Amino acid sequence: MSFINYSSREINCKIVFYGPGLCGKTTNLQWIYKKTNPDSKGKMISLATETERTLFFDFLPLALGEIRGFKTRFHLYTVPGQVFYDASRKLILKGVDGVVFVADSQIERMEANIESVENLRLNMTEQGYNLDKVPYVIQYNKRDLPNVVPLEEMRKALNPRGLPDFEACAMDGTGVFDTLKAIAKLVIMELKKNQDGG
Amino acid sequence: MLGQDLVMYDEEFKLIDAELHRLLAQANAKVVFLVDKNGQLIAATGETENLDTTSLASLTAGNIAATGGMAKLLGEKEFSILFHEGARDNIHISIIGQRVILVVIFDQRSSLGLVRLRVKKSAEILGNIFGQLLLKVETEKGSGKQADSPFAEITDEDIDKLFG
Repeated sequence: MSFINYSSREINCKIVFYGPGLCGKTTNLQWIYKKTNPDSKGKMISLATETERTLFFDFLPLALGEIRGFKTRFHLYTVPGQVFYDASRKLILKGVDGVVFVADSQIERMEANIESVENLRLNMTEQGYNLDKVPYVIQYNKRDLPNVVPLEEMRKALNPRGLPDFEACAMDGTGVFDTLKAIAKLVIMELKKNQDGG
Repeated sequence: MLGQDLVMYDEEFKLIDAELHRLLAQANAKVVFLVDKNGQLIAATGETENLDTTSLASLTAGNIAATGGMAKLLGEKEFSILFHEGARDNIHISIIGQRVILVVIFDQRSSLGLVRLRVKKSAEILGNIFGQLLLKVETEKGSGKQADSPFAEITDEDIDKLFG
């Protein structure tokens, strides 16, 4: 749920990075944090365990400049990917404006990807959303590794609707900003649609 | 879709800001701020210069969400007040009208009793302002009138420009 503030002329939106454990959600945020102008970002917050596994969420506020005189801010969140943190995942989806699904391209993680997409759909429904109606893009991460599933196969399994999707390697930043740009665009267009439609 | 987007207008913002100022003074607090349940900061007042209010807002909402999850498991509707006690500063968090979160940070110059008392009064006033705001948003939507909407003529180009 976006927040449009006519008083301070700001638009705030919430984007959630979803995906199975160790697929690179936090790495995506870290890259964005690293590569963003210090003036346009806030502190990145990671609620993680001692072994750097996300426990509750990562949070990165990003100011992207102005649209028609309104400052545009995106709040990026990741969910904890590990299966047993499902209760926390549900909470983070509350009020989401757009979802990025980060898939792990390695053959042995394909099952985990599929399970995670199903979990995303279920949790969205529980929060009162229909995943098919929410801005949603998909990222195939870790494309640089040797044991990856061919792109076409990943598309077939994870993106049957032909949504915007991107090959990425979050460690070196490949595809990270393309993904962010695509979801930001969809979110803003959705806001416009909602306003036009009344 | 559940609920609706939060919209804030100048008139209501001023009323909210004035109430937060009053609460800050009456409760002898250091900082008072208001957060949307989704973690968006709505307004803040007091000694905020060296405070990362954006992060605080997000963590507060996470805190409320986690506590709400616990409440649900226990069959409670919500835990409407949270209190964190520190060596120097304390945080009092309360939910207003099931939609927004009021946060008061205070030190030894105030007390939990005083803060609770003043928050209770302010919660009622803020609740009314938000009720009024929601009504206004509904009416404006119904009439198809969105004063000065930033989205009216937005183009792909505008969005591309955001990323430089």
